[in-house]
Amino acid sequence: MQWRRRHVLGLADFRVEEMEFVIDTARSMEEVLTRDIKKVPALRGKTAVNLFFEASTRTRTSFEIAGKRLSADVVNFSAATSSVTKGETLLDTARNIEAMKPNILVVRHPASGAPHFLSQHVSCSIINAGDGANEHPSQGLLDLYTILKAKGKVSGLKIAIIGDILHSRVVRSNLHSLGRMGAKLWLCGPSTLVPKEMERAGARVTYDMREAVRDADVVMMLRIQLERQKTAYFPSLREYSRMFGLSRAVFSLAKEDAVIMHPGPINRGVELSDDLADSAQSRILNQVESGVAVRMALLYLLAGGHDAAH
Amino acid sequence: MLLIKGGRVIDPVSKRDETGSIVLENGKVKDYIPGGNIPKTFDGKVIDAAGKWVLPGLIDMHVHLRDPGYEWKEDIRSGTLSAAAGGFCSVACMANTKPVNDHPEITGSIRRKAAEEGAANVYPVAAVTRGMEGREMTDFAELAEAGAVAFSDDGKPVASSLMMRRALEYAKAFDLLILSHAEDAELAGEGAAHEGWTAHRLGIPGIPSAAEEIAIARDILLARLSGGKIHIQHISTRMGVDLLRMAKRSGLPVTGETAPHYFTLTDAAIEGYNTNAKMNPPLRAEEDRMAVLEGLIDGTIDAIATDHAPHDDYVKRCEFVAAANGIIGLETALPLSLALLAGGKITPPRIAELLSANPARILKLQGKGSLRKGADADVTLVDPDVEWEYREQDVRSKSRNSPFFGWKLRGRAAATIRGGRITHSLMPGVSVND
Amino acid sequence: MKKPGKKVILDSKGMERVLSRLTHEILEKNKGAEDLALVGIWSGGVPLSKFIQEKIRAIEGVEVPAGFVDITLYRDDLSRAGYQPRLKRTEIPFSIDEKKVILVDDVLFTGRTIRAAMDALIDFGRPKNIQLAVLIDRGHRELPIRADYVGRNVPTSRSETVDVMVQGGREEWKVVLNEAAPARGE
Repeated sequence: MQWRRRHVLGLADFRVEEMEFVIDTARSMEEVLTRDIKKVPALRGKTAVNLFFEASTRTRTSFEIAGKRLSADVVNFSAATSSVTKGETLLDTARNIEAMKPNILVVRHPASGAPHFLSQHVSCSIINAGDGANEHPSQGLLDLYTILKAKGKVSGLKIAIIGDILHSRVVRSNLHSLGRMGAKLWLCGPSTLVPKEMERAGARVTYDMREAVRDADVVMMLRIQLERQKTAYFPSLREYSRMFGLSRAVFSLAKEDAVIMHPGPINRGVELSDDLADSAQSRILNQVESGVAVRMALLYLLAGGHDAAH
Repeated sequence: MLLIKGGRVIDPVSKRDETGSIVLENGKVKDYIPGGNIPKTFDGKVIDAAGKWVLPGLIDMHVHLRDPGYEWKEDIRSGTLSAAAGGFCSVACMANTKPVNDHPEITGSIRRKAAEEGAANVYPVAAVTRGMEGREMTDFAELAEAGAVAFSDDGKPVASSLMMRRALEYAKAFDLLILSHAEDAELAGEGAAHEGWTAHRLGIPGIPSAAEEIAIARDILLARLSGGKIHIQHISTRMGVDLLRMAKRSGLPVTGETAPHYFTLTDAAIEGYNTNAKMNPPLRAEEDRMAVLEGLIDGTIDAIATDHAPHDDYVKRCEFVAAANGIIGLETALPLSLALLAGGKITPPRIAELLSANPARILKLQGKGSLRKGADADVTLVDPDVEWEYREQDVRSKSRNSPFFGWKLRGRAAATIRGGRITHSLMPGVSVND
Repeated sequence: MKKPGKKVILDSKGMERVLSRLTHEILEKNKGAEDLALVGIWSGGVPLSKFIQEKIRAIEGVEVPAGFVDITLYRDDLSRAGYQPRLKRTEIPFSIDEKKVILVDDVLFTGRTIRAAMDALIDFGRPKNIQLAVLIDRGHRELPIRADYVGRNVPTSRSETVDVMVQGGREEWKVVLNEAAPARGE
């Protein structure tokens, strides 16, 4: 196939062969990362702007390193988040940045759909680095890549995703990436944070941690947002941790060769016990590694052939 | 004198649906002549209405004219021109202007401005509470004297049950009507779309149907408690319709309206984060849409009102959750309502009830909603078969926030006559003189 | 009027003879196989470098390290294409430091591929020198690059193409010149 996409806004409309294409490209990128000189000139003269309306050091850093490994000029632009209710801020900011002629905008925004909106109003390529509770496509792809590396396949695997499903953009992207590749997805968490409607995405919903983890090949824990505590989706962190945290005892229900994933950052002792986070079964740091390769792949693929837009 | 000749005269109040002619004189309906014949001696202007429907002038009991305070979105002139183009002779405008219409001075000034420059009759709805802040009642009696036809904090709910109870009780003494924007605002929270599959998938915080239904149930119970009259605005949910039906069966003085978008669209329309499909209450699920249709058919829902809510580009061209709520509707309400005829369960006389007779009855608009002798000379001529495309560049409103651009519509107001003067015409030889 | 056609420049036997000669030249110039390393350029150069590796083994009885390089990420025309080319693999499983690296490609044309390959190689280490072996030199250089070992010089026009077909078994190897349509009035 040929890559024809101008933007990566979400995985909702990604075909399987496109995901495979990204993963293939990421494999080549990963080879570059094994070299002493971890840098190639592919995107020399290209500019990528990390336009972040929400704090996220790790995603931003991952995109920044990815861009720099490809010799792109990477500029970070962090905008205040307080003005989400004022629509002019987003469009005005984006137009300001656009006037500086970047090739790629990497956008993180607390409002779902913000990158889609921007893609209709600016001429450069846009990568969604997480929008509200909608999608986080590069995470969905790096999770797919990590599982492929750990398990050799995705099809037929039981993958349990546990935590705040309601507000998670990671889950929504994973439903597309892992779901479309044939995984059996289970979603689990407190019933206030796991909408039953998610079953329409082809996943199974359970509020029983043991049912979710039993015979799983992959257990993916989500970060519980401590700041949401005030809206009381569950009574206390202590109870959450007991009912929905991953402990040795619960994890022992999973397949013997099961692996643990987490998009980070981890609340140690809340959703994931300390020892499991650092155990041999943990693939959390592999996810971070895969992340750079996948983001290099996305930047590389989007940098081709769109100069006519300027 | 004006003679509307040989049209299909549909007037549910006079139980009339037949070919006939109407004579208008001095702003009133002077005469009705059955059949296609007219007196040879007639010496006024004649409009040939053959092939057209002749309806009592349409009434939209729920619009936002944005005047005073937001005249860049809409003003009385542009809003009533939009109304006339859509076949409406009268509109009831909500109180969420700047300043809020919570004082007789403001009500009076809206009335005066409408009398001077309006292309439609404008009936102000005053706020229930001062500044729409939900704490103190406005001066109902004085506002009614100044011309307010009803009371509503539309745009937001009267949150306090106690406040609503007092308002209903107090209004009852003067036989005044409260219109309720029924919403449990805390339950709706930061929701920006119907809580359902589409919102979950798009990651948009949801507004559950229950946020509307709880408030409808509360208002019905408060009407029962107080004995006051209440009208539920923009009903969008299945249970909302069920609750209204139940209340009516219990004999409570409750009425309700819905808007064309609730029986035309579902939450699927927000796909792609389309802010022109964002409104409050939000577009709901298909089962809700079907229930609203059912309510229109069986008489549970009394009126179709547009909730015409003009917004400038600026507040719609942004991320979905931050976008303003509402769409314009005056120029699409009639064709979207006529589309209901296709199912065969809604008849042309029922359309006339929903868009004219019932709003007139609910708001007690003297001389409106009927074509009987002595009624006001408000007439809407409908071409039921004309097919046309709703295009952005043709919109008469100042705002362009509609999800219906590019839609092929069927049926349209061929001419609008208000008080005997022509406010809108697509008919050859019939020119606007208002 | 002459019709455009395909012309076989080298058949499998011919290619084998040419590559054998190339191998002898490489060994002669470098006085044996010591410190030699072969790096084929994806994709056409890879089977050729394998052939040379085998030939050296047959002649000298030594295994010269061989790898391959994909130059896509080093190309200077990335954004000129309508889309990004699919990446292949780069595998140089040995240190090239102080090695005499023989870059192997099928066709030498503008020289831009070789420029990119040299950039890539230098990212992997500091070779003693880099030499270039190509099966076909068809001219039209755009950079000051020349090959140390040339299998066959084939004069071409710019609109002609040369296909080195080395995908199947060796008995199917061949080099084809696709002739251009003659200009009007010729």
